[in-house]
Amino acid sequence: MHYKASLGLKIAAAAGLLFLHLPIMLIFVYAFTTEDKSYQWPPPGLTLKWFAVTWNRPDVWTALGLSLRVAAISTAVAMVLGTLCAAAVARSRFFGRETVSLLVILPIALPGIITGISLRSAFNLVDIPFSFWTIVLGHATFCIVVVYNNAVARFRRTSGSLVEASLDLGATYFQTLRFVILPNIATALLAGGMLAFALSFDEVIVTTFTAGQQQTLPIWMLEELVRPRQRPVTNVVAMVVVLVTFLPIVGAYYLTRGTETVAGQGK
Amino acid sequence: MASTATFGGRVSDAFWRKPRLLLALLLVPPVLWLGIVYLGSLFALLAQSFFSIDEFSGLINYDFTLKTYGELFRPSNFDILLRTVAMAGAVTLAAAIVAFPIAYYAARYANGRWKVIFYLGVMLPLWSSYLVKVYSWKLILAKEGILNWLFETLHLSWVLQAYLSVPGIGGYSLSVSWTGTFLVFLYVWLPFMILPVQAALERVPSSMLEASGDLGAQPGQTLRYVILPLALPGIIAGSIFTFSLTLGDYIIPQIVGTSARMIGQAVYQFQGTAGNIPLAAAFAVVPILVMGIYLTIARRMGAFDAL
Repeated sequence: MHYKASLGLKIAAAAGLLFLHLPIMLIFVYAFTTEDKSYQWPPPGLTLKWFAVTWNRPDVWTALGLSLRVAAISTAVAMVLGTLCAAAVARSRFFGRETVSLLVILPIALPGIITGISLRSAFNLVDIPFSFWTIVLGHATFCIVVVYNNAVARFRRTSGSLVEASLDLGATYFQTLRFVILPNIATALLAGGMLAFALSFDEVIVTTFTAGQQQTLPIWMLEELVRPRQRPVTNVVAMVVVLVTFLPIVGAYYLTRGTETVAGQGK
Repeated sequence: MASTATFGGRVSDAFWRKPRLLLALLLVPPVLWLGIVYLGSLFALLAQSFFSIDEFSGLINYDFTLKTYGELFRPSNFDILLRTVAMAGAVTLAAAIVAFPIAYYAARYANGRWKVIFYLGVMLPLWSSYLVKVYSWKLILAKEGILNWLFETLHLSWVLQAYLSVPGIGGYSLSVSWTGTFLVFLYVWLPFMILPVQAALERVPSSMLEASGDLGAQPGQTLRYVILPLALPGIIAGSIFTFSLTLGDYIIPQIVGTSARMIGQAVYQFQGTAGNIPLAAAFAVVPILVMGIYLTIARRMGAFDAL
């Protein structure tokens, strides 16, 4: 009988975790390098000047602003639609229930390029010009599943008798929603919303198909990857993006900690 | 009851008498959105794969034909399909091997603070920006980058050179070789494999492993005949992600890899510069078909219980 992990297992697990983290940490070093023409390692010197250069780049700010607006609106739409869908699927059995949950998962289960090219050809077909709103349309579609997953897990754990008791005691459906259901699912919704925001903020594959001339931050970054203009600026932006996405993930973790299904497992 | 007189009260009563009405109100907005925006687009795309492109005018010919699907079997196109499926298979296999020890340790031995460290240790890379992760590998694999420097410092450059001279997997440098593409895919999708495997392993009661040991099984035998079969649904669930994501990706092979294309790149080019939407649509149907078959097999093996 062995309650202690064998050395081999420990090494394999530690090596796996290092493999997951070292590349990201490397970005943090590159953000400070003085070298601006190549990806030279080790960095010939360290400097803070690229932070100032990046700060003064209007294209970075425009892209960041667009990404934040797209993520905010897509998250709002996804939260409404995802919660409605979760409430329907979790609370009752009806014909086609499996189909509805499949429909919600499909946009993320199929490769992003299929969602992207489908939307693009549909927009072309009905002559919708590419704009801010076409980006939002695509993002909201695949963000629904994240909110849905979180909400459905919480609805399942929230006892239906609570709702019935509230109604029996004379509350209307709206009062029940306001004072019983919402407080119960609030943290799950917040966690789902944060994850949806992170997902939208980072999305690039669908966006390349649904954006016109606009550049979201990931599109800006892709452009820099394919045709590098100023590598150190890319390094700094990459580092900031990593730091910014850590916040909602750690936040979502602490919001749903201790529950059966911790948020974020189904990206 | 006073509230019944109000509008809210009357609506409430209607919901109470007809629960189906409430259900319908809940379902209509999301189903309409997904049905119109998503399914509508998807079917529009599928329909286009049955059209063809006129080779002389470059215009789309809107008559039903299977000619476009036939083009998929031209050697140059068929190579793209084979190459992509082979890459997806290799990435999935490697991800399962690398993920298993992490998931096993996290599920069985980590507790308290280590549980949190393992959890966030997988979650943070999972949710980190996809492009940043790809970018970090461009830094690592670059000719002047850290990996080459490491080989040089250890005086092992000849090993790397020998490896790169192997046709197929090698190339001029790691950043333009299939090995490079493979490593980036493995890195980016690995967390998608760890989580379901860990979830499956956490459901294995430790008493079962003790029983296996008590009945005389060596640790290796317990692993082979008890743990692995119980972890299999989790591995299959994870493989759905790694396989599907590799099939459809067009950015990683574009940034790190050879000039030989994968399905995603073909779709992107045919719909973009080439303007051949029918062929792009036919290419896009392949991942849908492959995933359909894959999901059917996975469902049979009980993978969906582990999601």
